[in-house]
This record gives sequence, structure tokens and C-alpha cells, in this order.
Amino acid sequence: MTKNYKPDFLKYNRTSKLIKLLLSNLSMRIFYDIGRYASLMKRVFAKPEKWVIFRKQVFVEMDNLCLGSLGIIAIISVFMGAVIVIQTAYNIEGPLIPLYTVGFTARQSLVLEFCPTMVSLILAGKVGSRISSEIGTMRVTEQIDALEIMGVNSANYLILPKVTACVLINPFLIVLSIFLGLIGGWFIAVFTGVVTTYNYLLGIQSFFVPFEIFYALIKTSVFAYIITSVSGYHGYYTRGGALEVGQSSTKAVVFSSILIILANLVLTQLLLG
Amino acid sequence: MIEAKNISKSFGNHRVLENVSVRFEKGKTNLVIGESGSGKTVLMKCLVGLLEVDKGMVLYDDRNFSEMLLNERKTIRQEIGMLFQGGALFDSLTVEENVMFPLNMFTTMLLEEKKDRVNFCLKRVNILNANNLVPSELSGGMKKRVAIARAIAMNPQYLFCDEPNSGIDPKTSILIDNLISEITQEYQITTVINTHDMNSVIEIGDRIAFIYNGQLWWKGNNQEILNTDNKEINDFVYATELMRKLKK
Repeated sequence: MTKNYKPDFLKYNRTSKLIKLLLSNLSMRIFYDIGRYASLMKRVFAKPEKWVIFRKQVFVEMDNLCLGSLGIIAIISVFMGAVIVIQTAYNIEGPLIPLYTVGFTARQSLVLEFCPTMVSLILAGKVGSRISSEIGTMRVTEQIDALEIMGVNSANYLILPKVTACVLINPFLIVLSIFLGLIGGWFIAVFTGVVTTYNYLLGIQSFFVPFEIFYALIKTSVFAYIITSVSGYHGYYTRGGALEVGQSSTKAVVFSSILIILANLVLTQLLLG
Repeated sequence: MIEAKNISKSFGNHRVLENVSVRFEKGKTNLVIGESGSGKTVLMKCLVGLLEVDKGMVLYDDRNFSEMLLNERKTIRQEIGMLFQGGALFDSLTVEENVMFPLNMFTTMLLEEKKDRVNFCLKRVNILNANNLVPSELSGGMKKRVAIARAIAMNPQYLFCDEPNSGIDPKTSILIDNLISEITQEYQITTVINTHDMNSVIEIGDRIAFIYNGQLWWKGNNQEILNTDNKEINDFVYATELMRKLKK
């Protein structure tokens, strides 16, 4: 009796049956995607055909994916730093809170969260869509088939250099982003007069824990892996034509962003919790 | 020689190929013909291993390709050249880099040797002074010829061409057909061509396999196909007004 018990709404309600069906399809789809992603990664992390070609590809991808994003990262970082300083100054008006708090808060916000996470989310949009559409187009125009026919491990040839380039270079981009964020904050502090240069510099040097930089870099590398591998996955399994390439690109950005947010929570709990 | 033995392939409940057994001879242009959707491309993809067969086997000179692991297949794949319908040239590479790609990947040749080989292959397909162009700067016919150059760069033993004449004018089409036929005889390659172009069938059809509803319906050559009384073949061959007039 207990074994066969089902709540009434599951037994009789048509909507609940539909929900059950959708959930089972969704869970099957999730497992299918996880399995397919894992098998793709197995092929991606195989030994490259020729190390010389792989090294060359990595440098090309560093230039295309990472250095090509310098402009947008610089602009976002400077303005992000400036806004943090203004908002902090606005919120701490009071005789008991020292003015160097503005610099301290700006540094903490930029190092711990804004630069690694926000910049990675922006890169998920820029780099992720590029990777997915590039590989997706190669798939629908049979260029990936051409690689396979030649005996080239296409997953390894196309995705591994991108993963390697971003995992290695993005931490440097984030260090630059933190630096530019602090510069932006300092500039706005001096320009608006909310805090003096002395207090700002004192703030950004106060209570500094070097591990926090390490934490930011670890996060960035993990996020870079998520962006490149998830986008590569969506591009690699594109089927159809231009419409599907666009859909893959959108999926790549959406799933990368969601996974970045989830990984952010997990890593923060593991490293700082 | 390539041999397909009792190949079957389905997608879900839809059976695309059913017990297809066919042999493709060395030094001959072997044509696979049939209506759109008859299973020609699926057969070719099964032959080269882009799709796995559900049943049956594919033999490359008696080497069982279907039962090989991915790494073992690599050896055979380096003996295969393939011309895709759209050319499938790598967009980001120049013509020279495209043809040089398999040489870079699988040989230890010096740069000068590779350049010589590239120039030889490009000359063979009548592409001159286009080494530094990218695929977007090429015409449809040029793309196909560069793709042929890339396919023969590694001196393949097997050449697959998926609808080499699609999207190009009749004159260029004949040039491409003749080029493939010449290369096949010159290098004694086993060539398999998917086509529904009757000009190709008549011009270069040394061996012809007609696929109908996923089955091997008829085998013969370019003389026999014009005289057969097989209804499905005649419906296919004499589908156009021009062919009907020629028959009369």
C-alpha cells in the first residue's frame, strides 16, 4: 500500500502528468548533455597531433579571444571602479566611519567579486558567442567533417587551444581589470572630492590579504574554462544552418553565464567559507 | 578497392540504407547516383566513418574499417581525400594554407618541400596565382578545385566526392569531372562520387551504383545505364526534357 502510494494530484491530474513528462524529458536531456559534454572533453584533452601547431594555435587564440577583449575590459573596469567609489562614499556618510573605507571597499569589491565575476560574465558574452558561432559555422559548412576525414581530432584541434589560451591569459586580464578599476575609482574620488588621494590610497592598502588575489585568479581561470568549453560544446554539436548557429551562440552565452554564477558560489564557499 | 557489405543505417525509426552491398574499383570513377533523399550521402558518410553503420561492414583493401577503433582509423583516414559539396575549405586560412594543412599535420616535410607540393597540387587543378587568397575571395568552381588540391595533397589512395558539380555552371562542371577522372587514372585512386548530374554519369561513369529508397537498385556503367529497361533507372535518367529528346 505504502509502496504504491502516489499523491492524488499525480494520479489524476493531467497537468501533473504533463509536468512529470516534461521533468523526465528535462532530466534526460540534462544527463544526455552532461554525458556528451564529458565525452567531448575526453577528446578535447587528448594529446595534440603536433605540439608546434598547437602552440601556434594557442598564441593565435590568445590574440583573438583575450587581447581582443582588452578594450571592453578596460572601459568596464574604469567605470566600475568609479561607480563603486561614488556609491560607497554615498553610503558611508557619518563621523564614525573613516574615509579610507571608500578605498578599502572599492578594492575588496573589485578583487573579490566585480573583476573576476563581472568581467567573466562579459567575456562569456563576447568570447563565448564568438567561439560558439565560429565552431558552429565550421560544423554546418562541413569544415569539421573535413578535419575528421583527414584524421585530425577536430575537438582537440579546435577547442583545446581556445581553452588553454583563455585559462592562461584571463587571469592577467583580471589583474589589469583590478588595476584599472582602482585607477577609475581614484580618478573619480579626486575629481568629485568625495575622498582625498591620501585616504583612497590608505584604504586600498589597508587589511590586504594576498590570498584574496589568489582567490580571484583561481575563479577567473575556472570561469575561463567554463566559457570556452561550454561555448565549444554548443558550437561543436550545432546541426542545421545559420539559424541553428545563432541558437547555439545564444545557448553558449546563457549556459556559460549560469555556470559561472553557480561556480562562483561553490568556489567562494570552498575558498573563503 | 573499397567494399561495402550489407550496410544498413537508420535514424530512429527511419531506415535510410538497407543491406547495401557495393564494390568500388581501384583506378575507376565509381559513381553513386540516386534521387535526393535516396541515401547517397548517408552511404558516403558511412563509408568514410562520419556515420557508424548499424549493420554490415566497410572494407578498405580488405581492412575492416567498421570494426577499427578511432586511433586505428586514423591510418586509413590519412589515405583518404574528400571533396565536400561546399568545398569545406577552412575560412581562416589562405588557399596555400588550406592545401598545406594535411601536410603540416601529418608529415615532417620541410617548408620548401611543402610549398613545392602545394604548388604542384594547385597547378594540377589549374589554380594559378591564388595562393594568398582566402576562400571567400574564390568562385564556386575555384573552391571545388582548391578542395580537390587539398584532397590530393597527401597522395590519397581513396578519393570521395560529394556532389562535386552542385552549384557550378555546366562548363566548369565538366572541367571538375574530367579533373577527377584524370587524377583517378593518373594516381590509380579508388574514387567514389556522389552525384545526380547526368552529364557526369555519361562523361565519367566507369562504374555506377543506383540507390533507390535506401537500397542498391542497379549496377552498371555509363553505356549500360542508357539502355537498361529498369523503370526506376529510366525515371531517373530521363527525368529531364533534354534527356528524353536525346533518347528519341
